[in-house]
Amino acid sequence: MTAYILRRLWQMLPTMLGVIVLVFFLFNWVGGDPAYILAGKMSNPQQIANIRTQLGIDQPYYIQLWIFIKQIVTFNFGNSWSTGESVANVIMTRLGPSMTVLIPLTILETLIAVALALAVAFIRGSKVDRMVMVACTVGMSISILVYIILFQYWFAYKLSLFPVQGWGNSFWENLFHYSALPILIMLAVSIAPSLRLYRTFVLDEVNQDYVRTARAKGVKERRILWVHVLRNAAIPIITNVMSNLPALLIGAFLIERFFSIPGIGREVILAVERSDFPVIKAITIYVAAATMIFNLLTDLLYQAVDPRVQLK
Amino acid sequence: MTQSINSAPAQAAPEATAATVALNSAPGATHSPGLWALAWRRLRADHVAMAAMAVVGLYLIMLVLSASGLLAKDWAKEIGVNYAPPTFMGAQTDAERGFSDNDAVTAAPPPENPVDPLRDILRDLRKSGTVAIAPPVIANDYGIADPLAAEMAEIRAELAKKGGSVVLARKPTLPFGADKWGHDIIKKTVKGAETSIIVGLVAALLAVALGTIFGAVSGYFGGWIDDAFNWFYSIFTSIPYLLLILAVAAVLQQKGVMAIVLILGLTGWTGTYRLIRAEYMKHKSREYVMAADAIGASHWSKMFGHIFPNVSHVSLVQLSISVVGFIKSEVILSFLGFGVPVGVVSWGSMLNEAQNELILGKWWQLAAASIAMAILVTAFSLFTDALRDALDPKLK
Repeated sequence: MTAYILRRLWQMLPTMLGVIVLVFFLFNWVGGDPAYILAGKMSNPQQIANIRTQLGIDQPYYIQLWIFIKQIVTFNFGNSWSTGESVANVIMTRLGPSMTVLIPLTILETLIAVALALAVAFIRGSKVDRMVMVACTVGMSISILVYIILFQYWFAYKLSLFPVQGWGNSFWENLFHYSALPILIMLAVSIAPSLRLYRTFVLDEVNQDYVRTARAKGVKERRILWVHVLRNAAIPIITNVMSNLPALLIGAFLIERFFSIPGIGREVILAVERSDFPVIKAITIYVAAATMIFNLLTDLLYQAVDPRVQLK
Repeated sequence: MTQSINSAPAQAAPEATAATVALNSAPGATHSPGLWALAWRRLRADHVAMAAMAVVGLYLIMLVLSASGLLAKDWAKEIGVNYAPPTFMGAQTDAERGFSDNDAVTAAPPPENPVDPLRDILRDLRKSGTVAIAPPVIANDYGIADPLAAEMAEIRAELAKKGGSVVLARKPTLPFGADKWGHDIIKKTVKGAETSIIVGLVAALLAVALGTIFGAVSGYFGGWIDDAFNWFYSIFTSIPYLLLILAVAAVLQQKGVMAIVLILGLTGWTGTYRLIRAEYMKHKSREYVMAADAIGASHWSKMFGHIFPNVSHVSLVQLSISVVGFIKSEVILSFLGFGVPVGVVSWGSMLNEAQNELILGKWWQLAAASIAMAILVTAFSLFTDALRDALDPKLK
């Protein structure tokens, strides 16, 4: 087990190095000279030269890359170009609000989508099943922007059931007062694609021999689905949930922006708007690292769920 | 998935078509229908797919008409009053529009500001204004007459004489309303559709072309080339897609339709790559490829002359999936302001405007853009599902 984890971590190194080089290439080469962005519209050559020395971009590329790698390893990306806040601090303080929304969202979404998928698979082929699938296709076609705009307008602005936007200081207030509507909207958006996907996973299992055996020995249909089928369909479901997690951190940026939730996603948007390169670079690198770690965790979870899986 | 949705019509039809096939091919006998002919037959038997295809076709016709200037060419003309409502709702009253000329005349002048240094001058102006010109003067702001009113009237009269493009009578209502500047929403939606669909199509073509070429090279040659491409693939997939798009948008710094196409196309090739690579690995050791090798076919000819026709359906389905995904991404990018430049209208920029309009109760732009987009994406998704089912022999 330990050997497996160590080997996997070792294998991540070249990919991580690739991500670092890609980000470096994007921001230091494609992005042009950041000194011009930093110096602003009123600048003289001396100022620009000063900024260039400060950032180290008058050095050759390999030294710049080495500086970048040192920054990543020491978690010291310097300060944000627009606010002067240290980048490490930006990331640490924005992670909490994002998690307050994302953790309940992921748990609720998985539970509801799995339950619905099993229910729909139970009545597969019926009219209700077909109608649910068509409704999913139509629901997925409407832009997430439309959901957010309409839900915010009706539930928060017109009916005053929820705050229109904002964020407080206490965890419970944030969770139940400010996060409720964002979570509701994300559920409305994300259940349809998950339901469609999980339904195919479940349907792949219901025609297997073990289901027939269970039926033959008189197990109730409900127990077959919830115990026998669910356990076997769990692997692709876990893969889906786990691999979506880091992407969700960024994917929630629209919600965070509309509801003024000070999370990672909103920070990315702000950084892109302000050309705040250090913040984008840092978030990209760490989210990529998180994605790789989560992939490893997923593989480890497989074995916990299904003893037949051999970690090699 | 849609197989089950459409199963009822699809089950009845193949038997009928199979019968006609047997009749048609009876004299030739040696010629059996190919993959594409079979797929087309399966697709035609699927009513939902054909309806979806018709809808997509209509959008494409609209796109061609709009791009060639036959439709919605004058969308930027301000032909209605600001926020003109749809015709079926009737014109707005002045009170609803938020201002009224009558009020300004009858209302008492605003109370004087005791610390205003211009107080005396204002008082004089107000007096002279009401004395010099006739009483029903248009006096909205502090009772001061517009000093340029005479000149403006002259200029307008001049323009009207020349028959210039000045809009004298703006329409109080339009078929589906107007936006902040009085643009016709229907024409604007058509123009927005043009931008969004073109971006989706071109970006999807670029992404699928890249994915196919990378996948073909990687799967066909194997070895260190395969390792190199896999390394590249793992880099791109370890950064979440949206974050990658935003990072590239931040770096490019320039807005334009071309920039979005590049952003989406250069980041979206990974899915196609994985599928095409698997197909090439499967096909490269098949007998027909060995036969081609035996007659001295080059690598290039084997890859794209012999193998590609057998895996091209994968690329086609990927293209179809990518178009839908990229249209959605373009809308989000443009909404955030990282997409189309000012002056170009897309569904995303329309939604961006509509967000603020909704609070004023002007829902029509939001409705037009989101309905147009939802119909296209629904039809395209249903068509994609049907296409995949028709092309995938495993599901038969």
